[in-house]
Amino acid sequence: MAVITMREALNQALREEMLRDEKVFLMGEEVAEYQGAYKVTKGLLQELGPKRVIDTPITELGFAGLGVGAAMVGLRPIVEFMTFNFSILATDQIINSAAKMLYMSGGQFKIPIVFRGPGGSAYQVSSQHSQAIESWFAYFPGLKVVMPSTPADAKGLLKSSIRDDDPVIFIEQERMYGNKGEVPEDANFTIPLGVADIKREGTDATIVARSLMVPVALKAAEVLQEQGISCEVIDPRTIRPLDIDTIVASVKKTNRVIVAEESHPFCGVAAEISTQIMERAFDYLDAPVKRLSGADVPMPYAKNLETLAIPAVDQVVAAVREVAYLE
Amino acid sequence: MSKQSQPSNSRATADEQNSVAVIEADAPEQAKLSADREAVKKGQKQHLADYDRKTLVELLRQMLLIRRFEEKSAEAYSMGKIGGFCHLYIGQEAVAVGAISAIRKDDYVLTSYRDHGQAIAKGMSPDAVMAELFGKAGGCSQGKGGSMHLFDKDIAFLGGHAIVGGQIPLATGVAFATKYQGTDQVTLCFFGEAAVNQGAFHESFNMAQLWKLPCIYICENNQYGMGTSLQRAMSLHDISQKAYAYEMASEFVDGMDVLAVKEATARAVERARKDYLPTLIEVRTYRFMGHSMSDPGNYRTRAEIEKYQERDPLKVFAATLREEKIISDKDYEAMEKQVQADVEHALRFAEESPLPAPEKLYTDVYANPIEPGKS
Repeated sequence: MAVITMREALNQALREEMLRDEKVFLMGEEVAEYQGAYKVTKGLLQELGPKRVIDTPITELGFAGLGVGAAMVGLRPIVEFMTFNFSILATDQIINSAAKMLYMSGGQFKIPIVFRGPGGSAYQVSSQHSQAIESWFAYFPGLKVVMPSTPADAKGLLKSSIRDDDPVIFIEQERMYGNKGEVPEDANFTIPLGVADIKREGTDATIVARSLMVPVALKAAEVLQEQGISCEVIDPRTIRPLDIDTIVASVKKTNRVIVAEESHPFCGVAAEISTQIMERAFDYLDAPVKRLSGADVPMPYAKNLETLAIPAVDQVVAAVREVAYLE
Repeated sequence: MSKQSQPSNSRATADEQNSVAVIEADAPEQAKLSADREAVKKGQKQHLADYDRKTLVELLRQMLLIRRFEEKSAEAYSMGKIGGFCHLYIGQEAVAVGAISAIRKDDYVLTSYRDHGQAIAKGMSPDAVMAELFGKAGGCSQGKGGSMHLFDKDIAFLGGHAIVGGQIPLATGVAFATKYQGTDQVTLCFFGEAAVNQGAFHESFNMAQLWKLPCIYICENNQYGMGTSLQRAMSLHDISQKAYAYEMASEFVDGMDVLAVKEATARAVERARKDYLPTLIEVRTYRFMGHSMSDPGNYRTRAEIEKYQERDPLKVFAATLREEKIISDKDYEAMEKQVQADVEHALRFAEESPLPAPEKLYTDVYANPIEPGKS
């Protein structure tokens, strides 16, 4: 076991998978010579060469579509979006080409592509650079959506995503790139998609959290523990397909659940999880499911306003107390 | 003009040097129409010796097959047997047939939703195409794609794409992949002139020339994007010139002349295979039917349609071959009869093919479907 950062874990996953399979290649803005805008791809150009690690022009729709076309004829592209905000330019190719190619061709053309990059908030990068749009992509049958919250999860899930034969939207979090954690050193270490992780066991309330909200939920759980409330923290890790069974098993145990996310509430992932919990575990709920989402506004620039826009430990604690009918 | 992008001498008729002249010309008199037609035939006759009889006859047969297939599809659509959209290729046959005759079986083809012509020219059986139009299980896409999404991996036909211009980055990626994999395959990417206004066109062209990708971009300029004429949609009418902005080689070709299209494509194929360089070929053509079966067609004149029907690529090439005694009247009748039989067979096949089984609604969403929760 090594203790490494999220960024290093992702770097290792990319490197290992590119060494393992020469059909895997990486392209995106500044991934090669600049060593990656967030240094996730550091050293890859030097080790693997310009054929495999490619700097693109600023042309998201074009290079996303190029990746899908390459995948149609046997390559396994990893397309980096410098941030997922820029993936919006590429959505026609992600949604109308990648997600649908297998189905509309009657099963002939699979698209083994990974679109990866950081999503969600950073630090004061304002409205156009702070969007968490996982629910957009999770909406479409044909896509898989993955969001790791720890270095080990990041490495294991990215390796699995690259080996997966379908288009995977792999959303990292810029604020978490420096977070450290233990990561197995085995080059064959992978984590399967579609399996949630119980990050903390508990008995009184369930907190479902993903990505940035996982460390927040874990801190809140410690605070709540001191207040005599034992929380179970579940990290879905894969948003689509969602491991709802693990979440429901927890709700059946605790009878109270909150879903925490930094994204906007309307039509978000928490809305989907809440509905699925209601559908499958209604009789087990002692309180309605509570969503704790980011503020329903474009992200402001001012530091204090940005802080207000993202759920923090205090709010998670308050939300759990609310579903426990405590002040 | 850029150094490498001089439009080469296409075999367009003398007074129609660029696409604008076609639209801005007055409705021509009969004498001039006949003169245009004679000029094309003369040009074709000069080049017949470059090909063996078998090749020439096959070019004609394919154009005829596509024509009769499309006519039959129109009939079937009017009878309610084909639903949704049906975009016919009538009038443009020389483009698909000429271009695809210049590539190998393992070279790739991508096109738009107006894909029946390219599919058949690439080698898809009319049975599989018609069944797909009918939405039946025997269709090339198992009935799950329809007219706009014909696909066949075995013949390197990669669709059938319904978002205007969506196929352009895809084709660029296919060309990227063949170069990456070290083969000398090339990729043909067909699109209409209206697609040239999409960002995806520009993004793809930049990458193709920058990275030297073996993609041949064939712009089928049929002069109308649905109901909008080229002049109403574009500031620069000469599409082959747009390649200059990307330092890409380009040509302008008369798309009503199957041999001209074949030759231009062959030049581009050579450039792609040898040097990994892309080419833009602007092919001026015309669709005799509407944008789709539901098009009322009140954006162009009868006179204009008739003018182009004088230059019907099928009729002109058939006349060329008959006049040069490459085929006899009897040969042509026999060909016509066989094509009719093939199309009738396709129709029967489509009618008898079953609808897809209900379970097929849920298949092929994922190549590796995951049951969540299972390790």
